[in-house]
Amino acid sequence: MNGEIIVNVCMGTGGIAAGAEMVMKAFQDEFAAAGLENATVQNRCKLHKVGCRGFCAKDVLVDISVDGEVSTYQFIQEDMVKRLVREHVVGGKPIREWMAGDDYHVFHDNQTKVILHDLGKINPESIDDYIGVEGYTAAKKALMTMTAEEVVNEVKNSGLRGRGGGGFPTGLKWSLCAANEADQRYVICNADEGDPGAFMDRSMVEGNPHAVIEGMIITAYAIGATRGYVYIRAEYPLAVQRLRIALDQARERGFLGEKLFGTSFEFDIKIKLGAGAFVCGEETALIASIEGERGMPRAKPPFPANKGLWGKPTIINNVETLANLPPIINKGAEWFASIGSEKSKGTKVIALTGKIRNTGLIEIPMGMPLKDIIFKIGGGIEGDKLFKAVQTGGPSGGCIPQQFIDLPVDYEGLKSVGSMMGSGGMVVLDETDCMVNIAKFFLTFTQEESCGKCVPCRIGTKRLLEILTRITEGKGKKGDIELLQELAEDVRDSSLCGLGMSAPNPVISTIKYFRHEYEAHINRKKCPAKVCNKLLTFFIRPDQCVGCGMCAKACSVKAISGDLKQPHRIDNALCIKCGSCYDVCKFNAVVKD
Amino acid sequence: MISLTIDDKKIEAPHGATVLEAARLAKIDIPTLCHDPRMKPFGACRLCIVDIAGLPRPVTSCTTPATEGMVVTTSSPRLERLRKTTVELLLSDHPNDCMVCIQAGDCSLQDLAYRYGIRDNRFSGAVRQHKRVDNNPFILRDQDKCVLCGLCVRVCDEVQGVGAIGYANRGFESDICPPFKKDLNCEFCGQCVSVCPTGALTAKMWVGQPRLDGLQPTETTCTYCGCGCNVTLHTHGNKVARVSSRSDNHNRGWLCVKGRFGYDFINSPERLTTPLIRRQKGGALEPAGWDEALDLITSRLQSVKEQYGPDAIGGLASARCTNEENYLFQKLLRAGIGTNNVDHCARY
Repeated sequence: MNGEIIVNVCMGTGGIAAGAEMVMKAFQDEFAAAGLENATVQNRCKLHKVGCRGFCAKDVLVDISVDGEVSTYQFIQEDMVKRLVREHVVGGKPIREWMAGDDYHVFHDNQTKVILHDLGKINPESIDDYIGVEGYTAAKKALMTMTAEEVVNEVKNSGLRGRGGGGFPTGLKWSLCAANEADQRYVICNADEGDPGAFMDRSMVEGNPHAVIEGMIITAYAIGATRGYVYIRAEYPLAVQRLRIALDQARERGFLGEKLFGTSFEFDIKIKLGAGAFVCGEETALIASIEGERGMPRAKPPFPANKGLWGKPTIINNVETLANLPPIINKGAEWFASIGSEKSKGTKVIALTGKIRNTGLIEIPMGMPLKDIIFKIGGGIEGDKLFKAVQTGGPSGGCIPQQFIDLPVDYEGLKSVGSMMGSGGMVVLDETDCMVNIAKFFLTFTQEESCGKCVPCRIGTKRLLEILTRITEGKGKKGDIELLQELAEDVRDSSLCGLGMSAPNPVISTIKYFRHEYEAHINRKKCPAKVCNKLLTFFIRPDQCVGCGMCAKACSVKAISGDLKQPHRIDNALCIKCGSCYDVCKFNAVVKD
Repeated sequence: MISLTIDDKKIEAPHGATVLEAARLAKIDIPTLCHDPRMKPFGACRLCIVDIAGLPRPVTSCTTPATEGMVVTTSSPRLERLRKTTVELLLSDHPNDCMVCIQAGDCSLQDLAYRYGIRDNRFSGAVRQHKRVDNNPFILRDQDKCVLCGLCVRVCDEVQGVGAIGYANRGFESDICPPFKKDLNCEFCGQCVSVCPTGALTAKMWVGQPRLDGLQPTETTCTYCGCGCNVTLHTHGNKVARVSSRSDNHNRGWLCVKGRFGYDFINSPERLTTPLIRRQKGGALEPAGWDEALDLITSRLQSVKEQYGPDAIGGLASARCTNEENYLFQKLLRAGIGTNNVDHCARY
């Protein structure tokens, strides 16, 4: 065993939650015990913490590389480390049964990794690791060999569009900003990722913070800004911590501060923590929040590119947009434009969740058909149930039904069916999901997160939610669907900011594609997916019931009676339809209809 | 000047004007609730939305700058539907107790409900309920009637420079309150009361008095200080029931706590109506006629001046007098009595 040995432990938030810190400690202890500590000093055996590699469902993931041959292990816990070190690291024999299977490789092989390329490979807390993968060469190239205008043009030609949701052409936004006469301009990195189930930005900042910083340097140079802010959620402590480390390291190396890369250009970055308001991801509310005001959007125009932070021209780019900049500068606009579809260039990072086998963080070329994402990368629907719809674009996106399974996933494609790209959330729904309930779920979120400034969003989303709630509770009235539609359109068209404009999308799209489910709830008082408890009747099939009594114990209103080892009965007059009996029955004897 | 077209009318507007300002210059009516030309545009109520050729969705005219060649439509079935929905939504979270509301007849929300003929509201549901205890003698907050237009918050910040109130909570539960939801503790200038479009902010002194429509307005000048703010006294019979100020006067409608709320002295039984003279040393002050009083003052001043010289006398004038009165007073002291010992309460 003479070659180099590298052990990479996934230490993203997902990994840490699965026990990666203990695994890491166990490796250190085992290395010491096996006498490998000395070898570490000699650079023969390296132990690394790395960022998220996307497949969080299989954490803790550990890569062991011997002479360049990588074996990936899944579901590693601290008590397994001893054997890994003895047999694989020392003994040179990989442990086959612990290694990640085909699904792991299928998951990764169908992706195109541009910005997630180094996640899971480099230590996010080491600037040298980042420099080792050509880090900061793009910023250096831009500052030393290109004019600001050339940088703007390169980004314009690449076709890069904002990844935060709007999809506005990044280069165009920059040139609008740079055209303003101003004594100061600002760059803001929007890391206030708030969509439920979205973790694209968090994983990026946790896994490769230097790429984001480099993107900000390039942006600052292009528009002539000397000050930057990263607006990041306080609920992302690990990302904040790694960002702070990265900023300090970059300052030490002269990549931030005065005279960057020996040029006369000056730029530095401050971190501003968000306090948990979803609406602060909206750029004007974000600016208000940095200024110390309540996070409430204001009307545009003026756009931040003309009048933003402290009234100065400001560029706000999302984490993912910024992370795309170093590869664009290094490899050129043409290379970037060769990836993706006609109007949406490059890749998109997507948080794939819901009723799908492989949940996790993925990066796909723009324009990949929905079915490839769900059935190739995602591995299909969990439990072999039927695919029903996919909800894209976060809480304000729409639900896309089965009939559009071939739809290319890019800005135009998603918009054409009434949904949106948003920041890249994708929730897969199966036949057991009730679409009225799904709309209610997302409306619950958006109405709570409305800032309260404008009337249609503040009261309109509340009324939408109330109507949806009464439909799911069996109190739906004739005309409710039309009322929902009218109100949803009015809220969409008259709200002040993107939150209110898009909040009705789940309602509009579910009515459009799943109107029959609404009608079943209202007219027949039935929930076809058997989700809305108040519309269900619970009963026990005598032929299946073994009389174990579990259901009777679980029933809080004593609606279930029956002798032990005899079939039980539910008294529907007493039943409050909580579903507890259904959940506890191990014999599928409790049926809901 | 820039020229634009609003509702097929060619309009000239000054540079920097908003679409709303341009429309109002041309006497085109656009409804608003959260707008006050004395403050920065806010864009919250969404009633002033207009269509602008080339823009995909309606925009608020109060926040959108008018530009050369712009083509604006202020009214269409679609715009009116959106406005009506907004008013219905506001009314769906409102007590709708206009019959007993002090602000009835002077309420923008009531006017909008009338304008859009909202007899049956399509929307109903939860209604915010606030429990307020206001321990101050001036301002009455009935926040169930608040439409969150933000005018009170903005006037307190932008005009008064106090910032005593702000927004709290989010979404439907949003609320206007002092810091930490404590009781209102400010200078009680009542600027907020004057801009509130509904009955959410009124004055405690108005309670039980006739509503604004039943009062007789009289334009006059505040007597509290030399600023001379224009005020409108609203009287019922011989009594002053309310003080307001018009936004088109020199003080732009802004008053202080004294000017707005300090009017109960006018009808106070303790108010002096004749001069009082203490006729005996140690005795009580007794009512007297003006001749008797002025004679007494003259004789006493003369005797002091003869005995001790003019510099034994000094005069202190009042800020509540007009400039002219103060001028005459110093003239009396300097030329009449012969002393420079004259001063003014505003110095203390």
